[in-house]
Amino acid sequence: MKYVLMYTSRPDLDAGTDPEAAQAIYKRVYEWFGENAGVMADSGAELLGVETATTVRHAADGAVVVDGPFNEAKEVIGGFSVIDVADMDAAIAVVKTWPLLDLPGVAVEIRPMVEDYSHMEG
Amino acid sequence: MSSSSSDDLLARTLREEAGPLVARLSRRFGDFDLAEEAVQGAVVEALSAWRRDGPPQRPGAWLQVAADRNAMDGMRLRDRQRALAARADVRLPDQGARDTDERLALLFACCHPAIAPEARLALTLRAVVGLTTPQIARAFLVHESTLAQRIVRAKRKIVSARISLAVPAESELTERLGDVLAVVYVMFNEGFVSSTGATQDRDLAADAVWLAGVVATALPREAEAWGLAALLTIQHARSRARFVDGDLVLLRDQDRGLWDAAAIAEGERLIERAAALRRPGPYQLQAAIAAVHATGASWADTDWLQIALLYDELARFDPSPVVRLNQAVAQAQVLGPAESLRQLDGLAAPLADYHLFHATRAQLLSDLGRHDEAAAANRRALELTTNDAERRLLTTRLHRRRLDDGS
Repeated sequence: MKYVLMYTSRPDLDAGTDPEAAQAIYKRVYEWFGENAGVMADSGAELLGVETATTVRHAADGAVVVDGPFNEAKEVIGGFSVIDVADMDAAIAVVKTWPLLDLPGVAVEIRPMVEDYSHMEG
Repeated sequence: MSSSSSDDLLARTLREEAGPLVARLSRRFGDFDLAEEAVQGAVVEALSAWRRDGPPQRPGAWLQVAADRNAMDGMRLRDRQRALAARADVRLPDQGARDTDERLALLFACCHPAIAPEARLALTLRAVVGLTTPQIARAFLVHESTLAQRIVRAKRKIVSARISLAVPAESELTERLGDVLAVVYVMFNEGFVSSTGATQDRDLAADAVWLAGVVATALPREAEAWGLAALLTIQHARSRARFVDGDLVLLRDQDRGLWDAAAIAEGERLIERAAALRRPGPYQLQAAIAAVHATGASWADTDWLQIALLYDELARFDPSPVVRLNQAVAQAQVLGPAESLRQLDGLAAPLADYHLFHATRAQLLSDLGRHDEAAAANRRALELTTNDAERRLLTTRLHRRRLDDGS
């Protein structure tokens, strides 16, 4: 079963992280991707900061383009991956070892991917 | 056979059979939602058919046939027959030895941390213990449709996010077991505080005692599982004395002759079983406290020093204000009401909205002869209580106080 992992953090808390500690953790992130290469269906991407986000939003008289993320949540998505594992427990086990979880405000959202479109076939 | 004893038999049969049946059908059809729905349908059919005709010779087989038929109907109804047939395991299910493991696996799925906490108990009661949605709704005083929606959402998540029906790996077991034990504990408390009137056809507290025993037996090396089984067994042993005509009777006023001595002895045996594993924990300590209460000749002749020491130990695991409130109650017996009240007032801020804080204060103030303050504390407790039986008890206390003052 495929799950999308969305890595989120709180930019207001990220600023407080000691740069040396952050560097050590990023090294572990690199290793983490190596260790989990077997379950990566798509290692995904790291995203540039939320200040670079642009959103195209529905409006009654045609879509509008706005600066910023699609909502004003404190948590922002910093990247994503797709893993392919047996079940939710296996996904949780992988995510629990995500090195950035040592930092305050960091969270990983696990979302099962729609894989079965058979109900849409004629 | 009276209707209540046939209800008891029915409840015992359903809780023995429902969980393993859900697990077996889930495996066979590869669809937990379908299996759970099919068993729920069979339970509802059994409730009316068995009450009407008496229980069948082989209740387990009866339920299985009904659930199988419902599952097949469900598959046709959902028009997913082809997709499911490919996944279906047509071998006949194994009976017996695997039932306990399957029920345990199902229980871990229903209490999975990825399921919303408010849905875990409801789902457990339906899938593992064999209660119907209306029975659960009555027990929790929630609207049936709200509850049904909560259960549907939780089941969909189990299926769509693929939460496995398996006992967690050794490394996760203790942590995950905590979630399971918490659900069983809440199940018991829901049954314990509500008055067990004739309208209720399931005794949730008895179901929780049974389930705690199932968990401990299946995981014999988990000390806290035995601790919870011991705690619930001993508390349940007092249940006949807790209500008189639907009114709650406090421990100090209970008729100890109504306590079930055999169940208390069984509870003590369970405590020893837990203690032999040498891993103390909060359920074991609560069980030990309950055992000291249960073996005291009277409220006054209780070993209060022992209870106060056990609460000191419990507060190390669980320093919550509620535990400290009980610690203060025990200390009142050892150190006297004045000292106890002084300690209690230190908890005023975190427990301002907890009715038992005010009820306990009222008792201590009354022991000290400060009757006006006691009455005020009782009134505050009454304002904060939602449980009917507790309301009546507090009302009686207020009433009695006024009579005493007038004499």
